[in-house]
Amino acid sequence: VCIHRVRSCSSIRFIKSKYVCVFDKSALKFSHQQRLFRTSAVSCGQIVQFKLSDIGEGITEVTVKEWYIKEGDSVSQFDSICEVQSDKASVTITSRYDGVIRKLHYSIDDIAFVGKPLVDIEIDASKGVAPEEDVVETPPMSHEEHTHQEIKGHKTLATPAVRRLAMENNIKLSEVVGTGKDNRILKEDILNYLAKQTGAILPPSPKAEIVPPLRKTEPVPAAPKDKARKIPVPVSRPIAFSGKDKTEPVTGFQKAMVKTMSAALKIPHFGYSDEIDLTQLVQLREELKPLAEIRGVKLSFMPFFIKAASLGLLQYPILNASLDENCQNVTYKASHNIGVAMDTEQGLIVPNVKNVQVCSVFDIAVELNRLQSLGSAGQLGTSDLTGGTFTLSNIGTIGGTYAKPVILPPEVAIGALGKIQVLPRFNGRGEVFKAQIMNVSWSADHRIIDGATMARFSNLWKSYLENPASMLLDLK
Amino acid sequence: MVLQTLKNCLWPSCVLRAPKACFWSAASGGLVIQSISNDVYQNLAVEDWIHDHMDLEKQQVLFLWRNSPAVVIGRHQNPWQECNLRLLRQKNIKLARRRSGGGTVYHDLGNINLTFFTTRKKYERMENLKLVVKALKALRPQLDVQVTDRYDILLDRQYKISGTAAKLGRTSAYHHCTLLCNADKFVLSSVLKSPYKGLKSNATPSVPASVKNLFEEDPSLTSEMLLDAIAKEYAVKHQIDHRITLINPADETLLPGISNKTKELQTWEWVYGKTPKFSVSTCLNMAYKDSVLDVKVNMDVKHGRIEVCNIDLPEQWLPPGLYSELVKSLTGSKFCPNETTSLVTTLLRLCPQDDELLSRWSLLCENMIRLM
Repeated sequence: VCIHRVRSCSSIRFIKSKYVCVFDKSALKFSHQQRLFRTSAVSCGQIVQFKLSDIGEGITEVTVKEWYIKEGDSVSQFDSICEVQSDKASVTITSRYDGVIRKLHYSIDDIAFVGKPLVDIEIDASKGVAPEEDVVETPPMSHEEHTHQEIKGHKTLATPAVRRLAMENNIKLSEVVGTGKDNRILKEDILNYLAKQTGAILPPSPKAEIVPPLRKTEPVPAAPKDKARKIPVPVSRPIAFSGKDKTEPVTGFQKAMVKTMSAALKIPHFGYSDEIDLTQLVQLREELKPLAEIRGVKLSFMPFFIKAASLGLLQYPILNASLDENCQNVTYKASHNIGVAMDTEQGLIVPNVKNVQVCSVFDIAVELNRLQSLGSAGQLGTSDLTGGTFTLSNIGTIGGTYAKPVILPPEVAIGALGKIQVLPRFNGRGEVFKAQIMNVSWSADHRIIDGATMARFSNLWKSYLENPASMLLDLK
Repeated sequence: MVLQTLKNCLWPSCVLRAPKACFWSAASGGLVIQSISNDVYQNLAVEDWIHDHMDLEKQQVLFLWRNSPAVVIGRHQNPWQECNLRLLRQKNIKLARRRSGGGTVYHDLGNINLTFFTTRKKYERMENLKLVVKALKALRPQLDVQVTDRYDILLDRQYKISGTAAKLGRTSAYHHCTLLCNADKFVLSSVLKSPYKGLKSNATPSVPASVKNLFEEDPSLTSEMLLDAIAKEYAVKHQIDHRITLINPADETLLPGISNKTKELQTWEWVYGKTPKFSVSTCLNMAYKDSVLDVKVNMDVKHGRIEVCNIDLPEQWLPPGLYSELVKSLTGSKFCPNETTSLVTTLLRLCPQDDELLSRWSLLCENMIRLM
């Protein structure tokens, strides 16, 4: 049952629809006021001019600040249409009707007048052919927001959205117990009724759902206008998945990453992985952590990994080099600016610790702390993010063991560190002991780095970490 | 004055019957609540929640709240125009955009916020402000405070101690205002001064005013005293008991959906992305080697993103390929220093690694980032 309600007050003017309609002549009664207007199969709606209602405090004009809809969009009653501002008050104007927006009378920053048309809405035509007996003249609408219908002399209060839900499920409103104000039928009541009929257990609707949600946010391109997002589909019907794909443009930082990664994959990568026994390092760090804390610094494993890498680079400087565009020259960089991959809200950024070759493990820890706090606050500067010569990615803090990292140009090598796991291993005496094992996966530029170099570097790095005391011998 | 937690006045039957909150306080007429949080986003979310979910027909609400340092801009304002974003970031002062109109204000614990919730029909700002003035005068009769027709409250007829803004929805409305008790005026004036030049926009501008703290007029006054006096006056007006109910804005069971509202208020899309379209037209004076380069920059920013970007560099100052990559990447990117920094440093990886080029690139990018 779908009956049109029409306001009897003179503020509404009907504009004869410009669409071709097919009428059942006997049912056609067209007049200005509250007569009904029913059509058959082809949709043909009335266009109603929705006027800007009184704001209060004697205000006659407002500025239109934002539209939430555009011409052609469907709206339901109570959906937000626009935001207007008047003298420090921001007002959300909501739709009084269900229908399709046909015209916006103002642009952003225009002055809109109270009592004048704001938008034209084409009101939904009835769905399908309504049976004869339902063509009744309804009494004039008062200022009540909700429509009501008289069925068998029993007044039933329900919003159009609720009545539509009932209609879609072939439910007679008179059979539903209303739990709202004045025995108004709410969405929950329809759902409970359905649950009893089908024996299905429907998910409870969120408490906040009594008032149909106002659309306060600007529509994202291609985002579905999901009126029904919280109405569960009854089990007796086939479950329809109404999710829609969402397309967004690739912009800003992401766009830059696309360019860089595409360039990176032009580099012929080879991989080399190994397993490191960090049992001794874990112990050492436990001992040093409180000392660092006294100095106000958080000590993780990274400073050790970074310093060991730098010591390794002193022996294998080709891993800290750069190949020029035409692959004609190799530049051996003097500074070991070791980058540390960081995962932030906007994605992967790689700040670097400058001149690790002259830094102590503690210096590196201090610098890492600084970079980490700037990184999470989104305040890293350009100098922190440029000039890197070699990169370590501690993906293990999130998880994983083996990885295949991508070299960040203009560098020629990168290492990905997996998580530290406690695993059983055999010692020199053939006994099983508890070992703290971490995997490392290196990638290098095969144009100038060969497997043997990478392997030897990795072995050296591994030996420093498996036996931290040996780092003391080579510290500068 | 009685402070009670919400649990003391829960009506179980009400909770079951109507998710639309009527479960607070049996007393009809009015309700006074105070937030236990000083987080500006949480508190703004409470306002949203009450506006969206409470039935204010039988019961009006007064919400009392204070925030740790934050700048709050109006719904349709431009943060670049209104405040010193660089300083905010440095000092870790939060930036929030509220849903009501009006101008920009600085909040700290020396400022109190009052929100009067009513139905749309009962929306009446003058009445609310008169109530505040009445409360102040009852507390300290010698205070020269009055309401202006711009809905400000002036002290000694010249200093603004309170600003107002409002939000009207379909069935409910709220009017909120600040009240300066003992805020840091030095920080206030420095953060509310924008250093950004060349901005052109139709965003609502703020009207600067000289401010004064009530504390300066009478050092015996504290924020707590003011809150209490106003709550008392409200209680008298609505003929309810003088008690303030404390609420926790993080309580999801009490305020279902509040954490989503809080999250939304913190998103970049809301705080910066809701800025009305504006343009930036300025000249970068870059000191390079022995000379100064004047580089004209024009950008159009919509939804907080750069729609159009023109940088007038001398020919060949940067390799053309790199320059066009820069402009292409900036187009569609957020007008945000962090995003731009990440973007330009990533693009740098594609450049030939010569020092001259690197220093020029850095210079240009640093200057561009300073515009944001």
